[in-house]
Amino acid sequence: MARKLLLGNINVPGIHTFDVYRQHGGYRAVEKALKTMTPDAVVEEVKTSGLRGRGGAGFPTGMKWSFLAKPEGRERYLVCNADESEPGTFKDRYLMTHIPHLLIEGMIVSSFALGAKTSYIYVRGEMMPQIRILERAIAEAKNAGFLGKNILGSGYDLELYVQPGGGAYICGEETALIESLEGKRGNPRIKPPFPAISGVWACPTVVNNVETIAAVVPIINDGGEEYAKVGNGRSTGTKLISASGNLNKPGVYEIELGLPVEEFIYSEEYCGGIANGKRLKAVVAGGSSVPILPANLILKTINGQPRLMSYESLSDGGFQTGSMLGSGGFIAFDEDQCIVRNTWNFARFYHHESCGQCSPCREGTGWMEKVLHNLENGHGKMSDIDLLVDVSKKIEGNTICPLGDAAAWPVASAIRHFRDEFEWHITNSKTAMEQNYGLANYADPLPKLEEAIQN
Amino acid sequence: MSDKVKVTIDGITVEVEPGTSILNAARQIGGDIVPPAMCYYSKLEGSGGKCRTCLVKVSKGSEKDPRPMPKLVASCRTGVMDGMEVQNITSPEVIEARKGVVEILLINHPLDCPVCDQAGECHLQDLSFEHGVADTRYEFDRRTFEKIDIGDKIQLHMTRCILCYRCVYVADQITDNRVHGILGRGDASEISTYIEKAIENDFSGNVIDVCPVGALTDKTFRFKNRVWFTKPVDAHRDCPKCKGKVTLWYKGEEVLRVTGRKDQFGEVEDFICNTCRFDTKNTSDWVIEGPRHISHTSVISSNHYEMTLLPVIKENPILMEANKIEFDRATKV
Amino acid sequence: MLSVTEHKEIEFSANLISKFEEIVTRYPEGKQKSALLPVLHLVQAEYGWISPEAMDKIAAFLQIQAIEVYEVATFYTMFFMRPQGKFVLEVCRTGPCCLVGAEKIMHHIEKTLGVKEGEVTADGNFSWRGVECLAACGMAPVLQIGPEYTFYENLTEDSVDKLIENLKNKI
Repeated sequence: MARKLLLGNINVPGIHTFDVYRQHGGYRAVEKALKTMTPDAVVEEVKTSGLRGRGGAGFPTGMKWSFLAKPEGRERYLVCNADESEPGTFKDRYLMTHIPHLLIEGMIVSSFALGAKTSYIYVRGEMMPQIRILERAIAEAKNAGFLGKNILGSGYDLELYVQPGGGAYICGEETALIESLEGKRGNPRIKPPFPAISGVWACPTVVNNVETIAAVVPIINDGGEEYAKVGNGRSTGTKLISASGNLNKPGVYEIELGLPVEEFIYSEEYCGGIANGKRLKAVVAGGSSVPILPANLILKTINGQPRLMSYESLSDGGFQTGSMLGSGGFIAFDEDQCIVRNTWNFARFYHHESCGQCSPCREGTGWMEKVLHNLENGHGKMSDIDLLVDVSKKIEGNTICPLGDAAAWPVASAIRHFRDEFEWHITNSKTAMEQNYGLANYADPLPKLEEAIQN
Repeated sequence: MSDKVKVTIDGITVEVEPGTSILNAARQIGGDIVPPAMCYYSKLEGSGGKCRTCLVKVSKGSEKDPRPMPKLVASCRTGVMDGMEVQNITSPEVIEARKGVVEILLINHPLDCPVCDQAGECHLQDLSFEHGVADTRYEFDRRTFEKIDIGDKIQLHMTRCILCYRCVYVADQITDNRVHGILGRGDASEISTYIEKAIENDFSGNVIDVCPVGALTDKTFRFKNRVWFTKPVDAHRDCPKCKGKVTLWYKGEEVLRVTGRKDQFGEVEDFICNTCRFDTKNTSDWVIEGPRHISHTSVISSNHYEMTLLPVIKENPILMEANKIEFDRATKV
Repeated sequence: MLSVTEHKEIEFSANLISKFEEIVTRYPEGKQKSALLPVLHLVQAEYGWISPEAMDKIAAFLQIQAIEVYEVATFYTMFFMRPQGKFVLEVCRTGPCCLVGAEKIMHHIEKTLGVKEGEVTADGNFSWRGVECLAACGMAPVLQIGPEYTFYENLTEDSVDKLIENLKNKI
């Protein structure tokens, strides 16, 4: 069994309550940090751990923390990003539902490290039950002296609040989240300035994902060095993977980074293979925004190496033949799934979620959706395929925030790897309305490197 | 030693104050290398960054950190660094991206220029002409909205809007009570008051001047004339509310409309009050300063009195006679 | 733009106001606008939707312009700008849910309730709509029902039938 640093106690009855959590070693990290460490020492420990942001971008957390400006006489804020909305990702919901105190504990230690006296957990509004769970957990922690004034006699004060969102994927982008927390529309800000200099209410702010904050707890308990021993290369530690789609056992799994993708999909410890005895056609490995890969390329890299669940291995081959670990939203497609329909579905998602502030994303996402809708419904033209690629290029990299890229990549990658299927939808539009293209050659052994690059 | 920083744009070096944006540095150089701007407005704090027409390539970040920036950046919201090198019209990547932005800005634009009061001084027309392509690949229905009157002087034709947010900044920064804003999300966003409200404020008319397209137009000028048939004249008056420095737009003896004085980048020099704009349309109300200089490339100049006769006409009495009526009319204030 | 034909005065209850006041204390002095989203949720839970009158009242309470409330309320998809059924079934319609039959579930709900997406049943009890990813892809297909946003996972046509029956009994 792999090491579980976050979810080790997830099956303990009552672990969502303060008492049970505490009995199982909970809040040791708070005691250790507040009583025996300086804030800078906590930051150093996180740096040593090599922890990378678990929300999708994978930026080193310790480095992000060290960028935080600390001007005299100005408040600093830590905001936890619990606006989990990336299609395919549901690990934060799981963590907050079942072991909320792990997040609270992480928030206390992280706030202490950053010198924040007030911190917020921004939870997407649809997770009202989780908001209630967190509010109850905060009340319990406060009651036990882990929040409020002079925590554990250390002289450190912290108030922690839960802020609901209102239904907007874009608020997962950190500056949109900050705007939303200020009671505004979730329009991402133009950077610079970065939140570390001017974030919520123009004060220095760090925004971290739920899982990132939770990972600080084992890092402080066991030391950054111990944490860094888990995992693979620059992908240290464990990662929560949200597995969904056509799998025998979808769900949230804590893996050691570096686990082979094949093992993750097919072993009984994890997803238990493809549901209903079907074959695997494709995988979106890191949430809907990352490039989709056909079965052959998700199991092996273009060089024939086994593909691993790590930041580096999943991005091996660049966008030509690789993808990204992203937020760990692992969506499996079986042989009966239609890539064109799914690409249209994702395009509709990004069209719906575009804030509308900058023109390439506002207009381009809608354009792509309409063209894909035509393709899926038998009204496509051959030229539409290249048009889609071109529109996606016009959006990618030219927008205020990464939503533009997130909208462009799924479309571009689906066409890159499944062009046959798109063309078939156009040349056989009637048949395509009744049946799917099937597995085709998407699970076949990989062509030689040179051929793949030529294509 | 000067505190100024050096930035090179398309091979031309200029020294500017620290904190200057790339766009403003380019404006100090002037000419073709100035990136177009549809949403940025130097007099409105926080504006810019949205339309993406001013994207440029930073090929060298600064003297200290010469690495290029990984993506094209909005020049209006990116500050210069000492030693920075920027490519605008010398970068094929920028030109291609800008073409894309123009195409995208136009896919939901009605292209109703023949019936639009803004035609002739529309920044989207200029942008499309200078940076766009002749045809579109967009084959779907365009987004439409009902026209609405926001008060008796201003009409909002949301269908033409490119969501630059300038009018929202005007309401926030120039007037004392904003009643309109951006509603909805994504490509369903619209400028609206939500619940029918008049925009009533001494300075509300400035939303017309800042609007880069024909989304906000002056109802007192509505369908009166094409702007290129009217003649701009600078004038001023003692106004208790604003500086009273305006441009009057004449057709014959009649002042058809009053606007702020727009510079070469289409920005007003001073915001003017609604009394000057809507209610002061007699020549006798104003002290005339003289013809407003209009760029010779503007369609408005095609009928402008600052008409300079070609040497060939001046030297030929027959041609001089043939052009007399036109010349007299054009030079008559 | 919304044309208001009939202006209804509404008055927030003392209980609601005291909840608003508690929320405002979570933010620094003068930053009460931050309370807008939580306040909108409370108002929607109370009235079932967010009326223009309610937004004007919220603006007055938070000392901000009414347009600032309209801008925010129309940006976020959870807030209803017109009255809905007593129960609003919000079915996730995004990719992972569709891989395991969310579209079939939506058709089934449409047929069972007899109203199209966004419409309200004649008795005023139900409406339904497809919503984007609810971050529960491993338990797909899923739907949620406000104002508590109770979750129903691993939906089948049968489980949806039972759910609707149960809801009818609650009326």
